[in-house]
Amino acid sequence: MSKGIMVVAEQSDGVFRKVTFEVLSEGKRIADKLGCQLTAVVLGADIAALGQELQAYGPDRILAVEDSQLADYLTDAYTNALSGVIEQEDPGILLFGASVQGKDLSARVAARIDAPLAVDCVAISCDGDVLTATRPIYGGKLLANVVLEGERQLFSIRPNTAEIIKAGGDAVVETVSAEIGTVSMKFIEKRMETGKIDLTEANIVVSGGRGMGGEDYSVVEDLAAVLGAAVGASRAAVDEGWRSHSDQVGQTGKVVSPGLYMAFGISGAIQHLAGMSSSKVIVAINNDAEAPIFAKADYAVVADLFEIAPYITEEIQKISG
Amino acid sequence: MEILVCVKRVPDTAENEIEVNKDGTGIETDDLVYSVNEWDNYAVEEAIQIRDKVGGSVTIVSVGDEESEEVVRREMAMGADNGLLLTDDAFEGSDGKGTATLLKAVVEKGNYDLILTGAQADDGAGQVGGMLATMLDMPYASLVNAIEMLDDKKLKIGREIEGGNQEMSEIELPCVLSIQTGINEPRYVGIRGIRKVASIEIPVYGAGDLGLSADAIGAAGAGVKRLDYFVPELGEGAEMLEGSTEEIVEKLIELLKAKGGIK
Repeated sequence: MSKGIMVVAEQSDGVFRKVTFEVLSEGKRIADKLGCQLTAVVLGADIAALGQELQAYGPDRILAVEDSQLADYLTDAYTNALSGVIEQEDPGILLFGASVQGKDLSARVAARIDAPLAVDCVAISCDGDVLTATRPIYGGKLLANVVLEGERQLFSIRPNTAEIIKAGGDAVVETVSAEIGTVSMKFIEKRMETGKIDLTEANIVVSGGRGMGGEDYSVVEDLAAVLGAAVGASRAAVDEGWRSHSDQVGQTGKVVSPGLYMAFGISGAIQHLAGMSSSKVIVAINNDAEAPIFAKADYAVVADLFEIAPYITEEIQKISG
Repeated sequence: MEILVCVKRVPDTAENEIEVNKDGTGIETDDLVYSVNEWDNYAVEEAIQIRDKVGGSVTIVSVGDEESEEVVRREMAMGADNGLLLTDDAFEGSDGKGTATLLKAVVEKGNYDLILTGAQADDGAGQVGGMLATMLDMPYASLVNAIEMLDDKKLKIGREIEGGNQEMSEIELPCVLSIQTGINEPRYVGIRGIRKVASIEIPVYGAGDLGLSADAIGAAGAGVKRLDYFVPELGEGAEMLEGSTEEIVEKLIELLKAKGGIK
């Protein structure tokens, strides 16, 4: 495939999401294998300086699509702008992060440019110039290998699955103007009151389930705070109304792949396991020695979580000073 | 307000183990229990609540085999007015774009102001809503967790964004929205509710009725080709940490320092 690879970098309020660097590193790896050009493209208002941060990951070119209408993410505006850049640059492969925004944008762009899309890939391999993507289905219970057919192919890559590798480079930002067209949506505001670390991007996730016994998640939250971790919950806890839907880890909630997942008082229903079994290290603490989660965990502790969790918090505080 | 809600019959994976079939090309379907895709219940509930407020109708549509009729009926029992089933051997093997193409044809047969889908279904892609909107040239928002009618031309919507935060925007009708869990509490449907809608006729459309040629849909039209399925590797089972609380925590922290990314 001689046509190049285009990585769509995702920024929000002037900060790149971590998945951007993961996807760009993956793009670099594939571009080196295929011997083709790697272009990073970032959309927004006033983002040319920010774009320079992408240089370290080795793209051949960095395009900054600047327009005041791109200041906040709106599907229509971003789809129009990106589709225009794709027409102009004619890449063969487009890579997105499978974040909230990346999933939204990739589906729309795929339909617009009439190209196939593989969503939420956990691995991409090259055989000659054919890319095979591995993606979870049925809530992660199975994996499917897929290939895409067409002159342009879109892939979105699940956060926390590709390694970030600094490759160095000397690409400078080229500013590109965009054709936004008419947009039937208007951004009002972002309500950022949660102040929470995003579950899908967090390197450590600490979750509580039915064993929490009520709304009081302080032992789990305290531990998460010293670890810089996101707080998750099982479906049982969400159904009880102890935590919000957006905290739910599981098949019908968030699917997470952190470096460390700690489950407190979660029995491990299939529904929950689907959302966290791809975590690299899993620690389960439950007072029931028969809890199914122990079958998926790397380390298991049969104990009262209210005794263990504060103790772990204290010990970690000692280490981190 | 004329509302169309797209629903899907899926294997009930939350309660059942799924196995790959012998040649690795699909899943064992013999003992599988099916149900409606969970997100779709929220979309149907939201549609009914909007209709109850402003009037109009709610139509349920599903793409699938003949068995999908039970899912359409179940969702109708929640309080929808009409049901449609899109079924044809030619639809089999459709990818996200193929499904969106079918739904587009149905939308164009009606006169809908609002089209709702669940945020995702069993293959986890969450792509059909966005693709459908693009094909219809309608505005679209995904992961919608709040809807407020501003007037008969505009909605104010909330979307779930990273970290459980919410983004508010205005969107013009007609539009397509994908609905996130938690937007409402879907009502319970009992046997009696299903009996009530048992005799309502659900029209069935095939490729011909929708005016679609076979090469745009089904396996022939799919740009995403599945090679094989396999089961993710499982760990070897947990190492049990035992001893006093002190000993357990000490051991755990040592292990996490070595492997779990704690510095």
